[in-house]
Amino acid sequence: MSKFNVLEHEIVPEHHLVPVEEEYKVLKMLNVTKENLPRISINDPAVKALEEIHGKLEPGRIIKIIRKSPTAGYYEYYRVIVKSVI
Amino acid sequence: MSFNNVSKRIEKIKFALLSPEEIRKMSQVRVITPDTYDDDGYPIEKGLMDLHMGVIEPGLKCATCGGRVDECPGHFGHIELAMPVVHIGFVKEIKNMLDSACKSCGRIKLTDEEIETYKKQLSAINYETEDPEIIDLTLKKILDVAAQRVKCPHCGADSPKVILDKPTTFREGGIKITPKEIRERLEKIPDDDLIFYGLNKDAARPEWMVLTVLPVPPIDVRPSITLETGERSEDDLTHKLVDIIRISQRLRESRDNGSPQLIIEDLWDLLQYHITTYFDNQTAGIPPARHRSGRALKTLVQRLKGKEGRFRANLSGKRVNFSSRTVISPEPFLSINEVGIPEIAARELTVPVIINSFNIDKMKEWIKRGTSPRTPDGKYIAGVNYLIRPDGRRIKITDQNAEINSERADIGWTVERQMTEGDIVLFNRQPSLHRMSMMAHTVRVLPGMTFRFNLAVCTPYNADFDGDEMNLHVIQSEEARAEARIIMKVQEQILSPRFGGPIIGAIHDHITALFLLTHNNPLFSEEEFIHITSYLNIDKMPDPVIKDGKKYYHGRDIFSLILPEGINMKFKSHLCAGSKDKCEYENDPEDTYVVITNGKLIHGTIDDEAVGPFSGVIVDRIFRKFGPDAAAKFVDNVTRLAVGFLSFNGFSTGIKDYDIPADAIARIEEISNETIEKIDKLVEAFRAGQLQPMPGRSIEDTLEVEILGETGSVRDESGKIASSYLGLNDPSVIMARSGARAKMLNIAEVAGMVGQQSVRGGRLNRGYANRTLPHFKENDLGAYARGFIKSSYRAGLSPTEYFFHSIGGREGLVDIAVRTSRSGYMQRRLINAFEDLKVDPERRVEDTVGSIVQFKYGEDGIDPTRSDEGKTIDIDYIAYDELGDEQ
Repeated sequence: MSKFNVLEHEIVPEHHLVPVEEEYKVLKMLNVTKENLPRISINDPAVKALEEIHGKLEPGRIIKIIRKSPTAGYYEYYRVIVKSVI
Repeated sequence: MSFNNVSKRIEKIKFALLSPEEIRKMSQVRVITPDTYDDDGYPIEKGLMDLHMGVIEPGLKCATCGGRVDECPGHFGHIELAMPVVHIGFVKEIKNMLDSACKSCGRIKLTDEEIETYKKQLSAINYETEDPEIIDLTLKKILDVAAQRVKCPHCGADSPKVILDKPTTFREGGIKITPKEIRERLEKIPDDDLIFYGLNKDAARPEWMVLTVLPVPPIDVRPSITLETGERSEDDLTHKLVDIIRISQRLRESRDNGSPQLIIEDLWDLLQYHITTYFDNQTAGIPPARHRSGRALKTLVQRLKGKEGRFRANLSGKRVNFSSRTVISPEPFLSINEVGIPEIAARELTVPVIINSFNIDKMKEWIKRGTSPRTPDGKYIAGVNYLIRPDGRRIKITDQNAEINSERADIGWTVERQMTEGDIVLFNRQPSLHRMSMMAHTVRVLPGMTFRFNLAVCTPYNADFDGDEMNLHVIQSEEARAEARIIMKVQEQILSPRFGGPIIGAIHDHITALFLLTHNNPLFSEEEFIHITSYLNIDKMPDPVIKDGKKYYHGRDIFSLILPEGINMKFKSHLCAGSKDKCEYENDPEDTYVVITNGKLIHGTIDDEAVGPFSGVIVDRIFRKFGPDAAAKFVDNVTRLAVGFLSFNGFSTGIKDYDIPADAIARIEEISNETIEKIDKLVEAFRAGQLQPMPGRSIEDTLEVEILGETGSVRDESGKIASSYLGLNDPSVIMARSGARAKMLNIAEVAGMVGQQSVRGGRLNRGYANRTLPHFKENDLGAYARGFIKSSYRAGLSPTEYFFHSIGGREGLVDIAVRTSRSGYMQRRLINAFEDLKVDPERRVEDTVGSIVQFKYGEDGIDPTRSDEGKTIDIDYIAYDELGDEQ
């Protein structure tokens, strides 16, 4: 049996890794500092699945999540990888 | 400005354990007698009410600080316990330490290397910012390692397993460890090991978790109360402390005169019980200590915990002045922005007015009027209750001193004047489930003893007049008044943030009235017209229709009087929902398609869909196009028009509304018999095993589903038959079709048949063994035996049907009770989670530290109040409104 990839499940929204070079652009667009971004645990299954593609991810990387929204159609959400989520 | 109460900011709070020395040091008296007062009612020295611990009686002075009742803050005392006792709040910590520390050397049962690595791990934690749960988890892991080890790596001694016999007894190999021994073991634990148990060595020593000295709280914490009979009643805490001292004394005596070990142990356990209940009287595993009357005592933990505890009752929730509460009743001639308040309340509630050079003459005049002035013709006018001098002293105005105080009053003084028409107040009905539960109204002082308001405002408050009471708060500051006027007034709250539509609109009879006024555009004689519009303030008459030389007016034209000019609309009325015909402008026999052009009702019927709460498309349009003032005026006029109509035409309903011809009753009888036969056949097939199960269902379930389908369709069928004989000339049908009250289903239940009763979504199946009632055979699966009601309410229910109906009805009631309590708790948790999130100027949602929750509020940045029922914009309507039909 092939390994299950959470990102392919229909109720898991799209997760993309933001390249390091583009991080400053994203932060500027959102007008926030990295500390104030919503977080995602490094142990999150979606991050693990991304690691399969991009190799080991360090805390501090930004992940872009595109999800369906009842009000806005599609909605871009950004999370920063952290060691543990409180 | 007084500097007696300079406010200070708390920089930090430190939690620590009290050491016995510290308890003694902060104590002003060692309490040794369990008595409180002597025969003269004077506090006994070294008793629980010793004057060193503060005073609660006026006249006496505190023996510690010399202060009087309001000056002395109270001081602690202490009790020396005869034997040590476990503190119930630290049982878990004690257990951890007994488990993980060696019983002979006191070191934690970890090897030196382990200690080294774990210490490194722990020193990485920032105890001030890290989540306590995570700290707990890390510590637990370390302690588990130590607890699993039997042999101490330091001294080599074996430690048998310690078992906690809840709540406070520790056993080792079945033998009880006395608190004294526990204390000795805890004493051995070195300071350096404390970090593993989650203790700060600067703040706590483990042996302090076993009490040898008990602090006695100040008398101000446990005041005794004197009843009217002169009898003194002590606080629950004092009662408990009396018990503790008594037992401690007996224990000391028994121990000193060498009583048998058994007696000493019994007393020791008793002391443990009293001290445990002194802290927490709801400790699991021990019976709560009771008052003589049998009521459980309210001890320390009970004072803090829960809804009635210190936090939720006294710190999060506070009581207010300048408020009043009474029964509510309706008054359609008030605007939705107004509230009628009784004179007695208006005279009691006051608004502060600071005297300045502009109002001084007026205020002096007001003060002179005294406390209950009236106009010469006996009407209410506001008086003055208090004068506040610049130094803060209050002067109560009486009719005797009004004159003198009027002279004395000067610029800078504050006048507390009574309510007057036009004052703005907050009006509230509990439960306050949404922001519209508290709105600002302007005051009208009215005769009577109730609060009164326009019926359109019932919906946001969820109020009716079957005895409901409401609260009213008078705003005391100028800023708050301005805010209330701008954002809290009823007219500002017409659109609900819940669904982006109006929550204020005509209800019940008002909808019926507008329906009757506009449906099929009836003609009204001039006399009728004048009466109907007599409550309105209209400036021009509609064009009359001349018939037989008399003037007549169309209902639609009368309604158009209250529509603002320039409004264009097209929509389907509520009537359309139950209509057999298509709802189109052309060929619309039921008059369901509403067309309004430039403020004139051209076609259609005005009903719930047009002016009701939750739907109210006309109210919605007026609010959006012309603003809150126009919307409020429209709703006011709707009520006045409706009342004008009803006071001339009248409207009534009765059992006669549900009369249907005999052949209709016969047909309903016929189809219900058919259904019962069908059900019998289904049951037969089921018993014979011929029933085919539906996918994913058992045969039993299949049978039930089939039967439920049958009973459902027969009820619908009978409803159709019944309502085919009941038309729009029938008052009940008018109410249902216009959306004023009830549904067609309810009419079908009265005239046609009540139908299948259900419990938890299925047919009735409980009660007696294998049957619902003793009137049926066991295992009868037929229609009648399982809650099918073929009668109508009008015909009356048979005894068994009546039972089944009651069963179904009870479920509904229980459901509501369960739902409200559960959703209430859910809402409380949501409110607590969201209370300090805010939307910043960039429309981002962030918390108090600035962390982002949503990058755009609601993901689209749209305020749902301003949205069109959730949609951002209704471009079709705008095009229609601007361009008309030719798009």
